[in-house]
Amino acid sequence: MSETSDIGIRKISFSVIWRLGNFLGSLVLTFLGLTAVTFVIGRFIAVDPVLAVVGDRATQEVYEAARISMGLDRSVPEQYFLYLKKLLSGDMGYSVITSHPVLSDLIHFFPATFELATIATILGVVIGVPVGVMAGAQKGRWPDHLVRVIGLFGYSIPVFWLGLVGLLLFYGKLDWVSGPGRLGVAYDDIVTSRTGIILIDSAIEGEWAIFWNAFSHLVLPASILGYYSLAYIARMTRSFMIEQLSQEYVTAARIKGRSYWGAVWKHAFPNIMVPLITVIGLSYASLLEGAVLTETVFAWPGLGNYITRSLFNGDMNAVLGGTLVVGAVFIGVNLFCDFLYKVFDPRLRTS
Amino acid sequence: MSSPLDPPSSEMQPSLRQWLTSDAPASRRQAMLGNFYRAVVTLCSNPAALTGLLIVLTLILIAIFAPLIAGHVSPIHQSLADRLAPPSSLYWFGTDELGRDIFSRTVHGARVTLTIVMLVSVVVAPIGLAVGLLAGYLGGWVDAVLMRITDIFLAFPRLVLALAFAAALGPGIENAVIAISLTAWPPYARIARAETVTIARSGFISAIVLQGASTWRILFRHIMPLCLSSLIVRLTLDMAGIILTAAGLGFLGLGAQPPTPEWGAMVSAGRDVILDQWWVATIPGIAIFVVSLGFNLLGDGLRDVFDPKST
Repeated sequence: MSETSDIGIRKISFSVIWRLGNFLGSLVLTFLGLTAVTFVIGRFIAVDPVLAVVGDRATQEVYEAARISMGLDRSVPEQYFLYLKKLLSGDMGYSVITSHPVLSDLIHFFPATFELATIATILGVVIGVPVGVMAGAQKGRWPDHLVRVIGLFGYSIPVFWLGLVGLLLFYGKLDWVSGPGRLGVAYDDIVTSRTGIILIDSAIEGEWAIFWNAFSHLVLPASILGYYSLAYIARMTRSFMIEQLSQEYVTAARIKGRSYWGAVWKHAFPNIMVPLITVIGLSYASLLEGAVLTETVFAWPGLGNYITRSLFNGDMNAVLGGTLVVGAVFIGVNLFCDFLYKVFDPRLRTS
Repeated sequence: MSSPLDPPSSEMQPSLRQWLTSDAPASRRQAMLGNFYRAVVTLCSNPAALTGLLIVLTLILIAIFAPLIAGHVSPIHQSLADRLAPPSSLYWFGTDELGRDIFSRTVHGARVTLTIVMLVSVVVAPIGLAVGLLAGYLGGWVDAVLMRITDIFLAFPRLVLALAFAAALGPGIENAVIAISLTAWPPYARIARAETVTIARSGFISAIVLQGASTWRILFRHIMPLCLSSLIVRLTLDMAGIILTAAGLGFLGLGAQPPTPEWGAMVSAGRDVILDQWWVATIPGIAIFVVSLGFNLLGDGLRDVFDPKST
């Protein structure tokens, strides 16, 4: 008895290590792919990087000197290697508009995006999961149709348009929330930035007026992003639930006298947890990306806003740095969810 | 009268419907037409899919007859005296900040959207198909390398990468199409590969191999046609995403350039006046929404018809 379970554990831990290795391997490969793409964009597609530095009135000698000092006279693989080395030491060059290193800009703007995406995901999970379970448990009835409609709208409405309509309704007409931006002008620079997340910083210092002001700015963009998260999570929860409820163990539980909703929540629901966590992770990653358009609409000072603003000032260092960071987080979350799924799903473990 | 289309006339003439739904088609053409007929019937019996089909057909008609529908009002004609006029009998959807007729611009915008969607499909589907076919049929290291590359591209954030490409290439419709295509092909490669692997194992492929058919002939004459239906379903489902990404790029100013009437750019133009002149930004946004909805409904319906397992 103890022997067999021992073998079982060894088997499991071996498979986990193998999966971990596989996960790390694909993580490194995908990151290399991402850096290769940003490298190609920066070196070959964008404006001549040397001209961007020396200006178009530079003499031939100055141009050549700059070209050599930037390493552009070397072979392409060598250039890529140097680019990687610089990236690993955190050097993404300087931003033209803010004249700070791109990395410190990104660190400065990241918390705002993080705050927005996190609140949106929380909204999506808190509403989307119960709604999805109800829909799956009552297939073909009105909760089911409701989730299908919510999902369909979530896949069809442009996020920037929904943001504008939301502003028009809840800010312009009803005046329930504050307008664009992250904080009223009167409240700027009062709380010291500890985490960069205003809700937390103001709560630490007990500045509740600032807290509520920040909240009234956050609630609309977060709800709009949250809707997309909700639509996706509810739709996926519904289909996981339908799959589980068709299994024999649910029938067995019902025969033994479990009520229908008892079987739904106590038997079927725990079994959808693993795929559900994957879905939540994926929706979180896609929100970080979806924040680009939302932030533009709401003048939200996050990464997306930073990328688009840099874009129009021809600030390729900042654009590529931002792309790299959003891409890295996106890839990391994506692959990590995939890994979690494979480790925790027993059916995939044994194969 | 003796074309291969004609049913065998030994007995009494069967109706066209009987001929189409026959269990034993006499020719390849009859089998194909029969399949097509059954697909159309299933699609039309689903109200949601039918709505989607109607929306998409309407979009195509509007795009074709845009000047007629707009009453020959130019989408770029400026009338500064009438700028920001609310919807009225003269300007059905109002006018924008340069006094251009929003109805005409919205109608002509259908052409831009349809162009982007068609260009992306024409670029993306063949790339995905080629990669998937080669990987699935040749296997071995070709498969490993191609699918690794596909996985890498699949893990990329689509909008942000399209943004970076569009920024580097410069704004414009062609560059927006290139940017979207570069990030949109991996799912097609995956589907094509999965289909190819299954088809390549079947007996009729072994039979053709024994008859001495070349690899190219097997790939393009026998395997590729069978991959097409799942690719088309996936493409229809993806259309809404492509339209939304294109509109997003347009909204950020990286898509079609002014004065081209592109819906995303039109929403962006109405941003500054959203609180006072709601129609400028709202109406093109509704157009984007309706068209995406149409493609989503149609895609769901097509998936039900061609692949009933995955619903």
